[in-house]
Amino acid sequence: MHPAFSVIFLTTLIGAGQGLFLALFTGQLYASIKLIEPQGAEFYGIGSVLSLLLLIAGLAASFFHLGRPERAWRAAAMWRTSWLSREVIVLPLMMAVVFFYGVFHWMGWTAPLFVVGGGTLPIDATFLLGLIGILVAFALFVCTGMIYASVKFLEEWHSPYTVANFTFLGMASGFMLAAAFSAYLGNHLVGFYGTWAVVFTLLGLATRGASLLRNMTLKRKSSLQTAIGVRHRVIEQKSQGFTGGSFNTREFFHHKSPEFLKQVRLAFLVLVFPVPVLMIGLAYVMESPTLPIMAFLIQYTGLLAERWYFFAEANHPQNLYYQSIS
Amino acid sequence: MTQLALVIDLNVCVGCHACVTSCKQWNTSGWAGPMVDENPYGADPTGTFFNRVQTFEVGNYPNTETVHFPKSCLHCEEPPCVPVCPTGASYKREDNGVVLVDYDKCIGCKYCSWACPYGVRELDEQQKVMKKCTLCIDRITDQTLPEAERQPACVLACPTSARLFGDVHDPDSEVSLAIRERGGYALMPEWGTKPANHYLPRQKNRMHISAEELQRADNPLTKEDITVYTGEETLDDVTW
Repeated sequence: MHPAFSVIFLTTLIGAGQGLFLALFTGQLYASIKLIEPQGAEFYGIGSVLSLLLLIAGLAASFFHLGRPERAWRAAAMWRTSWLSREVIVLPLMMAVVFFYGVFHWMGWTAPLFVVGGGTLPIDATFLLGLIGILVAFALFVCTGMIYASVKFLEEWHSPYTVANFTFLGMASGFMLAAAFSAYLGNHLVGFYGTWAVVFTLLGLATRGASLLRNMTLKRKSSLQTAIGVRHRVIEQKSQGFTGGSFNTREFFHHKSPEFLKQVRLAFLVLVFPVPVLMIGLAYVMESPTLPIMAFLIQYTGLLAERWYFFAEANHPQNLYYQSIS
Repeated sequence: MTQLALVIDLNVCVGCHACVTSCKQWNTSGWAGPMVDENPYGADPTGTFFNRVQTFEVGNYPNTETVHFPKSCLHCEEPPCVPVCPTGASYKREDNGVVLVDYDKCIGCKYCSWACPYGVRELDEQQKVMKKCTLCIDRITDQTLPEAERQPACVLACPTSARLFGDVHDPDSEVSLAIRERGGYALMPEWGTKPANHYLPRQKNRMHISAEELQRADNPLTKEDITVYTGEETLDDVTW
């Protein structure tokens, strides 16, 4: 497939945005049961703004994918059948939750509504918003992943690994960003967020690695024989019906050499997994305020390469009809 | 229910592209148009087409055969492109099974083209909406035309009558008969899309004669003969 930068930025940016929100609320959850140091309104407020900015940037990037962006509002119509439609509904929902989560923290509207756990765990509005946010964030990961995983013709994508990769890699970059944010503010949560970021990065490595292995030995359902319905082992295309390009030759091919693909794969395998993990480990030892920020930026760059490869790797059965120009 | 479709006879398609050009002419000037060409006289021309004719060579030289293969939307009975559309612009007509795109609703997200294994949907570079074969819906449903002309442009243009058009759900239609009696097949049946369009395979005019047809293996005289022969004339020698 042709890797479109609009979709590469959409999926990586909202993944990091969702991950950052989950990281903020994980911090609140741990602080509410006094496992880590509680943070002030600025931490959650500015953190939510960061998360919201990432979500907005992702949404903005997605508009560049549309031929008719002015009609984008129509895309919410077919949520019964289309995962793309479901994502279009859940993404603004996610933005709304993050917005209100940030506003409630910033305004200090955190008076406990009720207390559970035998008087030990006060529940306020941000806590409830956070719980809703967890559901919405995971729903959004599933929607985004299923857009690709549900297309059975793209066999590289048609697997549960796709949803797992989007989820774990999004959470890894989000928690990495939370560690970077904490390092920037100079609070004591770098180790906490860094540890979770490493956990999700390793989970992402497991599922992404598994999907790479799966795709290496993929047995294709379609062949040139089934494509034109002629039962012979030797079939060669002599003409695709036109000498210039068409939508079919642009949208479904990456037009790069296999060597280039290998380089991109190597690049993301290095940039997404070992480098940020080592940098976070080093940052913990050296108590460096800049290393976690570097770790996030490097991992995010790696994720751009990862998403590029995700698209380029997928081989559409329609390509069988476009093997030779003339 | 009616399911309109094309049946394409690969025996007689000569690859002349008359269906391609007549399709473009009819549809670019009609309801589905324009079908835009970009840079048509430049070095890298491109354009929107609903129908293409491709050519394949089967076998090793000198035992090769050239197959001209017209390719357009197959109007699947289980169209995978329809449920993925986020706006409902992609739909299958209830009354005649034709798969269409509502150009006023399409947002040009290209998701339907990913969900079509045959690659028969093309994004129009100027209108920025998805386009595809309409089976000349504006023509086949036009009651003001004489009935003989209520057929897709490609069918009317084909000089060798390689393209048949009709209702594949009506068991007595010309197309159903062709599929049933001449081995009509669907493309990529492994995906379960149930294409309505079918292709008729190449058929050679060869006679298949088995040994039994030349010599009666079940000659009753031979069967009932209980004589033990030792080299002399048998019943077979005298009764065939």
